[in-house]
Amino acid sequence: MSMILLDRVTKKYPRSEEQTALDRISLQVDPKEFVIVIGQSGAGKTTLLKLLTREERPTSGKIIVGGVDYDKLKDKDIPLLRRKIGVVFQDFKLLPNKTVFENVAYALEIVGISNREIKHTVPKVLNIVNLKDKANAYPRQLSGGERQRVAIARAIVRQPRILVADEPTGNLDPKHAWDVIKVLEKINRYGTTVLLTTHNQDIVNKLKRRVVIIKDGKVVSDKANSGYKS
Amino acid sequence: MKRRIITLFRIIHTGTVNFIRNVSLAIAAIAVMVVTLTIVLFSLITNATFSNTIGQITSKIDVSVFLKDSVTDAQAQTFATNIRKQPNVSKVIYLNKQQALQTYINENQGNQDLITAASETGNPIPATIEVFPSNLNDINTIKNYLVEPGNDALQISGSPSYNGNKKVAIDNITHATDVLRKIGIITIAVFAVICALIIFNTIQMAIFNRREEITIMRLLGASTGYIRGPFIVESIIYGVLSGIVSVLIINSAFLAASGALQASSLGLLDINYANQFFDSHFWELLTLQVAIGIIIGTVSSVIATRRYLKFKTN
Repeated sequence: MSMILLDRVTKKYPRSEEQTALDRISLQVDPKEFVIVIGQSGAGKTTLLKLLTREERPTSGKIIVGGVDYDKLKDKDIPLLRRKIGVVFQDFKLLPNKTVFENVAYALEIVGISNREIKHTVPKVLNIVNLKDKANAYPRQLSGGERQRVAIARAIVRQPRILVADEPTGNLDPKHAWDVIKVLEKINRYGTTVLLTTHNQDIVNKLKRRVVIIKDGKVVSDKANSGYKS
Repeated sequence: MKRRIITLFRIIHTGTVNFIRNVSLAIAAIAVMVVTLTIVLFSLITNATFSNTIGQITSKIDVSVFLKDSVTDAQAQTFATNIRKQPNVSKVIYLNKQQALQTYINENQGNQDLITAASETGNPIPATIEVFPSNLNDINTIKNYLVEPGNDALQISGSPSYNGNKKVAIDNITHATDVLRKIGIITIAVFAVICALIIFNTIQMAIFNRREEITIMRLLGASTGYIRGPFIVESIIYGVLSGIVSVLIINSAFLAASGALQASSLGLLDINYANQFFDSHFWELLTLQVAIGIIIGTVSSVIATRRYLKFKTN
């Protein structure tokens, strides 16, 4: 059974009738797979991820993620769905008035995990992203790469089966970008399905993973162990 | 279950912390709520005080039946017993000539001339039957019985005597109290609406200030209740604080009024009774004020968060 299944998914935004963000996209991602989605700005990568996290609804087509059929998903169940999907954003989306530890713990607090369990779990996850010694720092005291690793720690702390990362290296220099990618690879080795969007050619070529290319809202290429040349 | 309890505690904690952080934003909401609740409390106490005043005046209204000196004690006792059997009679007191004189002397202790005149002329005070009605508005039923020919023959000319002016006064007070009560209800309603609108506005601003945090919470899978909860807790805190402050204000106002005016009453408003009522019902009034504050805060914040924190996907 697929971890992510998109069947002829189309997304049109109400005020831009001429522009179709996604046009009859079909995509199947297996459990524990690492898939890179690439494309130019405006190709539809972010829309694709927003459909997976239910920030957007498709205009037509079917989406099933982790066995959840989105057609049958009620609004009140959206928070439960999002708890099963870890999301990493290009702009980190960290809370500036909380420390690294508190930012990661926040993901556990909102689902009612006890303080004792939080104290036990968060350091372990910070260790995975190599930030154990920065637990008490505030986001403003961190580099871009470190902030993104905090965001990854927050995304994985609930042990989701799927991690979607929307251009997580977009704001980072090559060294920090690669640090982030290595962390994502590590998480994938632990068994999490990773869906990464990027337009960083170097990363795609070095990773040698399945690459899906989107252009003008359509899948134009889908190859395993692939590289990419713009 | 355990997770729900933990979540509830976190919502309360977050709401309290947010309230402390945004206290400047909350001042307007709390101030209006204090005014509203102070009006509520003032209305309650004045209402109780007016009711007490009316009750006191009502209890003093009676019909006095003055008997001829020729009426024997036995006849008078029978007459009193018959009066007691009439409808709308709550109490009957019979005073023979000697008792009536004594009562007259007691009532006029400050006026020695009157007492001397009454004593030296061989007791001019007639035996008296005092009749207390249970319903002031139906006093004529008693009057009609007393003026029946057989009964009228026992009385001296001009009897029975009514405290008719008091009835008119009581009607006026009751009418005034009724009008005040209505004004109070309208004022409370108007202030409650203003209060709710200001809380709306405060919560809207708080939501705007925390929009980034709310977006992150949603993306991380926080339930709508978890996001809304702290805003509602904040409004409940407004209600609790406003309830307490309104009780303190009224308490200080009554104390200051009775102290500064050196009087026990302001017109119909018996300050001593108001203070006494306030003291004896302190905890009930405090609970009521806090409860009304919580209700206003909760209702307006629930509506505001429903409106401004809609969970929608495009």
